[in-house]
Amino acid sequence: MNAEEKTHLKKAEDLAYDCVQCGYCLPACPTYLTMKTETQSPRGRIHLVRMAAEGCITLDELSGPLDLCLGCRACEQVCPSNVQYGKMLELAKTAIQHHKKQSASPFRRFCEDVVFKQMFARKHVMNKLGSLLWIYQKSGAKKIAHMKPFRRLVPENLALFDKGLDEAKPPFKRNDGRRYPPAGERPVLKVAFFTGCVMEAVFHRINRLSIRLLQQVGCEVVVADKQTCCGALQAHAGEEETAKTVAKQNIEAFESGEFDYIVNNAGGCGAMLKEYGRLLADDPDWAERAARFSKKTVDISVILDMLGFKPEKTLPYRVTYQPSCHMANVQKVVKEPEKLLRSIDGIEWVPLHHPDVCCGSAGIYNLTHFHESMEVLDMKMADIKSTKADVVVTTNPGCLLQIKAGIIKEGLDGRIKAVHLVELLAEACGIDP
Amino acid sequence: MLLRKAKNDGANSQTCLAGNSLRIPMPRINFLIKRRKHCHFPLHASLEAARKADPASFEFAILGVMNVPLTAQTIEKITRIMGGGDRVLTEKTDLLSYAYDASFGHFAPDVVCQVKRVEEVAEIIKLANKEKIPVTPRGHASGLSGGSLPVEGGIVIDVSLWNDVLEIDKDDMIAVVSPGVITADIDRAAKKVGLMYPPDPSSASVSTIAGNLAENSGGPRGLKYGVTKDYVLGLQVVTPEGHIIRTGGRTVKNVTGYDLTKLIVGSEGTLGVITEATLRLIPRPPATLSLMAAFGDIVQAGYAITDVLTSGILPAKIEFMDQSSIRAVENYHPMGLPLDAEAVLFIELDGHPLAIRDEAACVYQLLEKAGALRVQKAETSEEEEEMWKARKLVSPAIAKHKPTKISEDATVPRSQIPAFLKRLRDIKHQFGIDLVVFGHAGDGNLHPNILCDQRDWEEMEKVEQAVAAIFEAAISLGGTLSGEHGIGIMKKAFMPMEFDHFSLEMMKRIKEAWDPNGIMNPGKIFPKPGDRLVLRP
Repeated sequence: MNAEEKTHLKKAEDLAYDCVQCGYCLPACPTYLTMKTETQSPRGRIHLVRMAAEGCITLDELSGPLDLCLGCRACEQVCPSNVQYGKMLELAKTAIQHHKKQSASPFRRFCEDVVFKQMFARKHVMNKLGSLLWIYQKSGAKKIAHMKPFRRLVPENLALFDKGLDEAKPPFKRNDGRRYPPAGERPVLKVAFFTGCVMEAVFHRINRLSIRLLQQVGCEVVVADKQTCCGALQAHAGEEETAKTVAKQNIEAFESGEFDYIVNNAGGCGAMLKEYGRLLADDPDWAERAARFSKKTVDISVILDMLGFKPEKTLPYRVTYQPSCHMANVQKVVKEPEKLLRSIDGIEWVPLHHPDVCCGSAGIYNLTHFHESMEVLDMKMADIKSTKADVVVTTNPGCLLQIKAGIIKEGLDGRIKAVHLVELLAEACGIDP
Repeated sequence: MLLRKAKNDGANSQTCLAGNSLRIPMPRINFLIKRRKHCHFPLHASLEAARKADPASFEFAILGVMNVPLTAQTIEKITRIMGGGDRVLTEKTDLLSYAYDASFGHFAPDVVCQVKRVEEVAEIIKLANKEKIPVTPRGHASGLSGGSLPVEGGIVIDVSLWNDVLEIDKDDMIAVVSPGVITADIDRAAKKVGLMYPPDPSSASVSTIAGNLAENSGGPRGLKYGVTKDYVLGLQVVTPEGHIIRTGGRTVKNVTGYDLTKLIVGSEGTLGVITEATLRLIPRPPATLSLMAAFGDIVQAGYAITDVLTSGILPAKIEFMDQSSIRAVENYHPMGLPLDAEAVLFIELDGHPLAIRDEAACVYQLLEKAGALRVQKAETSEEEEEMWKARKLVSPAIAKHKPTKISEDATVPRSQIPAFLKRLRDIKHQFGIDLVVFGHAGDGNLHPNILCDQRDWEEMEKVEQAVAAIFEAAISLGGTLSGEHGIGIMKKAFMPMEFDHFSLEMMKRIKEAWDPNGIMNPGKIFPKPGDRLVLRP
């Protein structure tokens, strides 16, 4: 272990010391529920971080259980000692990522660099990927790929998520740098819209709907130019430096205009934006700016609720809601989505038995740990099925894809529909971009 | 085993121990040695001498003794009994994750068996008894006295996955449960048919029923309804020799033979592994009503408790918070608690709505007469929830203050509550420690909590002395070492304080009769000569 790894691990250990090992987190942890060993529980992982800091186990041994953590932070909600698990996990992962880079093959290092720094962290690359996806969907290549003779060639996990994908962003449409006037004469609020990288590339339509909804409730909406990925994937993978770089880029992008709020529609991204203040707290040049940015960050549901969203249509759906873990556990936005949904006439509201359990999407966890993720998803789908709902509402692109995959996997395609909150609200207002 | 051999050897213990440990493969020793930092096992006198003489070789030695690794053949046999390796854990990270509970110690087992059938347990214990391997039963390890710590290594029998049976018989008013069923789930299932399983330890949402039975757990409702032992009618147990036995039955009255059920309950896993339980349920009271009273003097609050309890009214719970906990909660989450008060009492009455309304008026008067600064009655269920929230926030609020919390549960007779509170106040000042008192005051089971930092050795030394002083105070007032947490390894050094030689000796004889090879949860309850509480690394 080199000095840098030790510093990060030491910081993680200091947070781990807050744990009194009462075990209240066990029933809240999705991976404990599916994998059924203490090693895969928050208490176990916290303890192993301490063991690693004391030198009893190596970083390689520590990385196994930590990699299998979804990072949903449901444990923080039930912890009576207020252990900052998310922060501890990121610090420990930074140490591990550091260590892995030392020993990783040049090829692996190259691949990680491409994914974290050249792909997600660069908006134009993500946009181009979105366009490629659109061409793949429109040209008929998608249909061919899912035909019987080719099915074997596509990995199981990619095939499953691909089936559930929305229509991607057409190459000729863009939101960036544009200004959208409010529905009324004068804006009630001037807000900036955070598009997100995956949201913009894959769920472009939901972003358009979000802007329309914001306009409708009286906001002037600006899609700030030069904004980029929120950095959550990088931060959760232990790529702290890259996360800080994109954070600074976003702060700069949104500082140029005088906005009342910075609005986003992805629970996970919003949580990361909310944590910029913490991420850059030790950087004297950025701490204050980051804190200001985080304070202005807000989920779209909060704004819509605040400005008195009024649905016009009656929707005859039986609806259940799967909150995004990071929206509930980090942003602490819990009541607003439910309130908005219940304000729609005709909707029959059926809550999940365990809304606070993660769906298993967890960023790119469902790609990197497909089987573990599917076990968590199975648990979620059983809960969804028991509600007999015909629409499942989510508030994050990852969750949306995951639930769509779950519906296909259970053979419920056509009977249950997974949508983003914004889609249902737009439908209730008769908005279609 | 090796430990015993070393002890008999007295003077030569050091060399003998070092010699044994050499047989352990090197990488294993490395992590065991490091582990000593967290190991707070009270030391035998000869080992203590060895530590002083040569600290380095001592570290080497002690771990060697306590952890004789199992051979590959034994692991193979265990795997065969378990029908494959799915529920058998031997990886280092797994073993370290079964090395702790909610108390202080840290002892890694050699193998963890996640059992789901009584035959598996019986076969494993037969094997362990034959090969003299320590066996430690474990639920969700939320215990506070070290009951589920495998202090001598060996096999951990984890029953937490074994939760397939939870049957409520409404007519017999009983529940039949598997050992891994979560305590709160039993009460939840009983509630559906208008019944109640009263024991409610604060860990009920996570603790397994087997752990509750082994430790004879209590909880706030203990004041009116008693503790776990009062609700057990029958058990299925695997004895330390691997026999499957049944105790008690399904009837409320049962005087046939010795009451082995009561013997097993609270035996802390030293007499066998509980594999099924038949529990008694009672009609659920239809309504509850809560009151809160603030007192300017902590001892006055103690007298108020006695006044209420002798008035002919028995509340379901009387909970207590001292000034330090009131201030901590108010700092943590401002909710308008009386900061000028030295103590606050929370009282919950349950029963028929009309009856408790009458009782509440009576209690209200009693509290005012006892000198309460303010008495408040929760009119709605929301108000009631808000009131109890303050009590629930004590733990997170005081955790903000310092990282380590030593939670004691010394208990005194009800009439001695004011005197005990007085003694605790003196101890706090005498040792200059951060002592917070809150808990189930009504049954004399106060929870003095010491807040400290386990990395601060000087402070921990004071804490060790203060803990001893708390026990002395409780026992001199006619109380006991533990009301609901159990003895485990945390309090065994103090056993001679409460029991004379023959009282303890009779307990030991029972243990030896049940467990001739001493394999079942060794190192618990019974002190060895020279044992003392050690909280420092």
